[in-house]
Amino acid sequence: MAKITFITPDNESVTLEAEQGSVMELAVSNNIAGIDGDCGGVCSCATCHVHVAPEDVAKVGAASEIEQDMLELDDNANEYSRLCCQIEISEQLDGVTLTVAG
Amino acid sequence: MNRSEFPDPFEQARQTDGVSTIDDQNDPVTMVLGLKNVRKCAHQWQKFQSGAEAGRIVVPSEVNIRDTRQIPFEVDPPDHGDYRAVVEPWFKRPLEPAYQAQLSDIIGSLIDDVIQQDRVEVVEEFALCLQSRALTLLLNTPFAESDTWISWGTHVFRSEDSALDASKANILYDYIDQQIERAAANPTDDLYSVLLNSDFQGRKLTKEEVKGVMILTFAGGRDTVINAVTNTIAYFAEHPESLRYIQQHPENTGKAVEELVRYFSPLTHMGRVVTEDSQVCQHAAKADSRISLCWASANRDETVFDSPNEVKLDRKVNPHVAFGFSHHNCLGATHARQILQILLTQLAAKVARIDIHDCQENIEDWQQFQRKVGFHSLNVTFTGN
Repeated sequence: MAKITFITPDNESVTLEAEQGSVMELAVSNNIAGIDGDCGGVCSCATCHVHVAPEDVAKVGAASEIEQDMLELDDNANEYSRLCCQIEISEQLDGVTLTVAG
Repeated sequence: MNRSEFPDPFEQARQTDGVSTIDDQNDPVTMVLGLKNVRKCAHQWQKFQSGAEAGRIVVPSEVNIRDTRQIPFEVDPPDHGDYRAVVEPWFKRPLEPAYQAQLSDIIGSLIDDVIQQDRVEVVEEFALCLQSRALTLLLNTPFAESDTWISWGTHVFRSEDSALDASKANILYDYIDQQIERAAANPTDDLYSVLLNSDFQGRKLTKEEVKGVMILTFAGGRDTVINAVTNTIAYFAEHPESLRYIQQHPENTGKAVEELVRYFSPLTHMGRVVTEDSQVCQHAAKADSRISLCWASANRDETVFDSPNEVKLDRKVNPHVAFGFSHHNCLGATHARQILQILLTQLAAKVARIDIHDCQENIEDWQQFQRKVGFHSLNVTFTGN
């Protein structure tokens, strides 16, 4: 079980718990504003962009090359950017904070 | 077992040059073929613009048959974003459960009908009907309107011997004009009425702007959806095991839709007008010339996709550009994805097998590239579960 906190574009903090699946699926099923997940999680649409809290980067891990290529062309991307369809939920993620890039 | 194969005619040119120039009514187009370059060019809207003369970014160019600017498609930022904000919530309605339930009824009834027939021509009798009836949901218009759209046939802009036919296009434009006047006189809760009452930069949208949105909605989602649906039927006819896979793994329906859309790439490419002397893949792209973003080629890029010419319904990472990329990604993608998701689900539930009798392929002629994009006709028999 992992507790994951989303900070929405309206600065609302929402903490959710899950055991499996992708972080995007968790966000979409709980209507987290700004996470659309249009492509269903295959890294095609970049509508699940989050900024990982700097202290949580090691827990979440780095983006793959294909994901980096997507993020490179996103105007809101920075060194903490991830597409959360590519982040699998595990206990390792417990306590991380993700800010919706919107 | 090859009628559902869609070869990649761009492979060699993509690997050797990365671009290839074709002519189009004496306004040449340099096609960009690799995925990364296609995405970069799509992203650089200042250098590769959409807001050129109305109709020019479409290939073949529609400058001689259309004056109305398609919105938000032929507008660049910052106005593009303001237009998009007006229309986007409406085009996200396919995510609502009630919309999906109605779409399931439409598609389910159509499948029930074709199972009862001995022989079905998929393009006219299935895909066109499905696309037209589903469009009544997107527009929130009476279901009976779909009969009018079906009567237009599969091609709104094309006749048998011409890729561009102004008289056929005028049928659509005149129809939209009439609908806008009707909605202005007697507003309902359909898309025409909603657009006429929409605020844009502190004023209401004009009738010409509403017409621009409606032309985009009709034209952008017609041949593309018809091809995607027809090609999907051809694919499952030749891969019945894939239909059972969807039935047994419904959680992978979304991935399967993305993969089929990547493989079929219903829209081959879309143009941009170069605003300043530039370089694309070490080739000069002069100001006021045209490039195109070749989604179909990018989606077979072997440097990105493992086994790009194979359909892998459970492909996990699939950064395709079948719905375009960046600011101008497809406004109707939410609707199209729902159509295909429900089509796959309903086919898996209701259909045991599909047998192809004969077909006529639709091959696009881009001079040095001959691309199969769909079918002119596909005769099949559907057998129910």
